[in-house]
Amino acid sequence: MELFVFSLFALGALVSALAVVSHRNPVYATMSLVVTLVCVAALFLMLGAPFIATLQVLIYTGAIVVLFLFVIMLLNIQREEHSAPSGGAQRWAAILMGFVLAGLLFGLFWRAHAGAEIQPLTEDQVSLTRLARLLFTEYMLPFQAIGLLLLAAVVAATVLARRPDGRITAPGEESK
Amino acid sequence: MIVPATWYMLLAAGLFVIGTIGALTRRNGISIFLSIELMLNAVNLLLIAYSRQLGDLTGQVIVFFVLAVAAAEAAVGLALFIAIFRHGHTIDVNRMNLMRW
Repeated sequence: MELFVFSLFALGALVSALAVVSHRNPVYATMSLVVTLVCVAALFLMLGAPFIATLQVLIYTGAIVVLFLFVIMLLNIQREEHSAPSGGAQRWAAILMGFVLAGLLFGLFWRAHAGAEIQPLTEDQVSLTRLARLLFTEYMLPFQAIGLLLLAAVVAATVLARRPDGRITAPGEESK
Repeated sequence: MIVPATWYMLLAAGLFVIGTIGALTRRNGISIFLSIELMLNAVNLLLIAYSRQLGDLTGQVIVFFVLAVAAAEAAVGLALFIAIFRHGHTIDVNRMNLMRW
C-alpha cells in the first residue's frame, strides 16, 4: 500500500516536472509546477513532516506560484517559438551533462544508503511542538534574519517593479 | 512494503537533474525561474528524507528557511523581470545584453 502511494506521487512529481521544463507555454509550465509541488507535499506527509507539507501547499502553491502567474499575465509573454531558434548544441550538451549529474547523484545515494532500513517514525519527529521549540530556541537568530530578509525582499521588489515616474500601468503599455 | 528513505533520495536527485536541465536549456526567463524552484524543491525533499532517516528535526527547520528564501527570491526575481521587460520588451535571456560588453 505504501509502495503504491509512493509510486503514484513519485511518478506524478517526475512527469509534471518534465512538463515544467519542456512546455513552451509558461502558463502551462507553471500549472505543472503546482502538480509537482502538491505531489512533493504528499511525499513530505509520508516522510512524517506534516507541518512542512502544509507550508509547501500554502506558501509555494498558494503564494509563489500565484505570483508567477500574475507576472506572466502582466508581461503578456508570448510563446518561445517566436524568438530565435534554440541553440541545438547547447541543448544537447545540457542534456548530456544532466545524465552525467544524474549518474553521479544516483551512484552516490545508492552506495551510501543501499539496503538501509528506514527509521520507524516516532512521535517526537512529527511533533509540531518540538519543531517550534527548535525553531525558537536554537535557530532563533536565523529565524529573525529570515524575517529581515523577507522585509528587504518586499521593499526591493516594490522599488524594482515601480515605474520611475510613479504612474501605475502595465509594463506592456509603456511605449504607447 | 515499507519504502526505504533511499528511494526518496533517488527521486529528489531525479527532480534536481530535471530542474538543472531545464535551467540550462530554457531561454524564457520565467521558465528558468520555474526550473530553479524545481531544484529548490528537490533539495527540500532530500532534506526531509535525511531528517527522517537520521531522526533529526534540524532538517525540517532548514526546509522552513529554504521556503522563506525561495519566497524572497521569487519576489525579487520577478520584480527584476518586470523592470527588464520595461527596457527591452523581452525576457528572453539570449536577448538580454544590457550588461554584456
